[in-house]
Amino acid sequence: MTITDTFAQHPVLSADRPAQMAAAKALRAARARKGAIAYHTAGAAIVLFFAAPFVIAGLSSFRNGTEAQTAPLPPWPTAGFSVDSYRTLDSFGAGIWQHTVNSALVSLATVLLTVLVSLLAGYGFSRYRFPFKNALFVLIIATLMIPFQSILTPLFIILAKLGLNNSLFGLTLVYVTLQLPFSVFMMRNAFDAVPKEIEEAARIDGARDLRLLARVLLPLVLPGVATVAIFAFLNAWNEFLAALVLLSSNEHYTLPVLMMAVRAGRLGAINWGAVQAGVVVMTIPCLFVFLLLQRYYMRGLMAGAVK
Amino acid sequence: MTSVVSSSPLPATRARGHSRRRRRASTGWRGLAYIAPAMLLVLVFFVLPVLLTVWMSLHNWPLMGAQKWIGLKNYTRLLSDARFLQALNFTAFYTLVVTIAIFAVAFPLALFVEKQRRFVGFYRTVIFLPVVVGLATASLLWAWLANVDSGFFSPLLRLLGLVDRSPNLLARFDTAFLTIIVMVVWKIAGFTMILLLTGLQAIPAELDEAARIDGARRFQRFRHLTLPLMRRTIALALIVSITGSILAFDQFYIMTSGGPQNRMISVVYYIFNQSFVSFNLGYGAALSIVLLAILVVISIAQLKLLKIGEERP
Repeated sequence: MTITDTFAQHPVLSADRPAQMAAAKALRAARARKGAIAYHTAGAAIVLFFAAPFVIAGLSSFRNGTEAQTAPLPPWPTAGFSVDSYRTLDSFGAGIWQHTVNSALVSLATVLLTVLVSLLAGYGFSRYRFPFKNALFVLIIATLMIPFQSILTPLFIILAKLGLNNSLFGLTLVYVTLQLPFSVFMMRNAFDAVPKEIEEAARIDGARDLRLLARVLLPLVLPGVATVAIFAFLNAWNEFLAALVLLSSNEHYTLPVLMMAVRAGRLGAINWGAVQAGVVVMTIPCLFVFLLLQRYYMRGLMAGAVK
Repeated sequence: MTSVVSSSPLPATRARGHSRRRRRASTGWRGLAYIAPAMLLVLVFFVLPVLLTVWMSLHNWPLMGAQKWIGLKNYTRLLSDARFLQALNFTAFYTLVVTIAIFAVAFPLALFVEKQRRFVGFYRTVIFLPVVVGLATASLLWAWLANVDSGFFSPLLRLLGLVDRSPNLLARFDTAFLTIIVMVVWKIAGFTMILLLTGLQAIPAELDEAARIDGARRFQRFRHLTLPLMRRTIALALIVSITGSILAFDQFYIMTSGGPQNRMISVVYYIFNQSFVSFNLGYGAALSIVLLAILVVISIAQLKLLKIGEERP
């Protein structure tokens, strides 16, 4: 549950000093204890601020139908544990299960394609020379500057021409493209960090190109792959505007699009219980994936940021 | 190849030269083959749409019916579009406030979790949790928390006796804006914190120690050692924060639907309204091009200002 071991520990700097007097040592210990208490008090307040919204939503989502419409004070169910909110949520669209599967399919396909495409591209940019290399790299990175919201209409037109409108696969291709600048950048950095000597040794042993990539280099850039995969998953799982515009039939909606219907309410009344339940359904996979893979996530993120 | 070698007066040298050139050429193609799938996707789903956006921006392009070439009329129109200028104004204001707020929270947090000590990993993890949920999810969650009757904040304020009547946070501009700023800081600060943390930890501990031995105070060390050495990290975090804020949409759309008296329409929101609500696709495209130009200029200016462009080969 912690990310302690992810971060390089600072070496404790203990310069050679003459032996200190016991009084000085005791004074220092007392000061350190006071510092620790202040530190962890601040820590508790910080944890409260960042974790409370999740906890409140999670607990509140199990209150019964009438209680769900009242203020979450206290947030836990006082009239008995209930899944009313989830039942109400299930009554929207084509059922919560269908929309969860849609979201999962799009997210996993996005992960697979993003990893494959950025692995190849990162390797190409890191290890090969070819004409317009820097221009092409800048072109990929520069797409980061362009908001995809501004090109949604053309995207819709192009997908329709390709026969991919209103399809989860078409949406996946768009998501993969949106992931590419970050992912290619990450993978290029990951490959750049691999010493050339390792590759040369493998080449002498007869491994070339794709085999070299898969057998020798892939294990070395796995943290980068994990980062790319996690980011692809989270972004695809969480994205909603492109899904809203590009998916036109109800049964294809991903979770965030479904939630807009819940947020809009029925007959002018918003069922806040269903909103809480929806927030929980959309949040759990994100937290699960992050907590499970955060070691790779943080390591990759830091490597990417430092480069 | 063989004939060239045999007929040459200097066979060995010539052959080597040939094969080297050939290897370089084939290496070039192979490199291109590796990046081809990425390039194809970027071309079809990014470059082409951008070009199409430019093309559309020169037309009167309704959803149904024929498009009509109108040259730069969309662009002259937006110059005198008061609502667009207001959206630009609001977006600039929001970007400024939220970026300062994020840094004001994230930098102390980064310093807070920098040193290895007990529970520090736990703190980092919890602070980072909101980053991994979607902005749409976070907006939904906070829209509920800020709701006047069924939410958390207003009833809590009343319960604590701080107010007589539950304030409708999202109904007034000031409180709605504040709520959104707090939500975004809650959502994003962990990410900025981790970025800054990487910069902090990339500074060799020996340097800090040396400065301390030389008698530099904590603030002096921070000002003259930490900050300059973190320039690249800060630049990266700034670019992420500013560009992300300029593109803000979800929070205004989901939490306030554009805010009291439509005062919270960001640029992207206005483009969305023009393109997908009013279906002025051509005008929406022209607005998109302006937004795009603004972002490119800002990114270039930031890179130049912080002099990080030259460090990357």
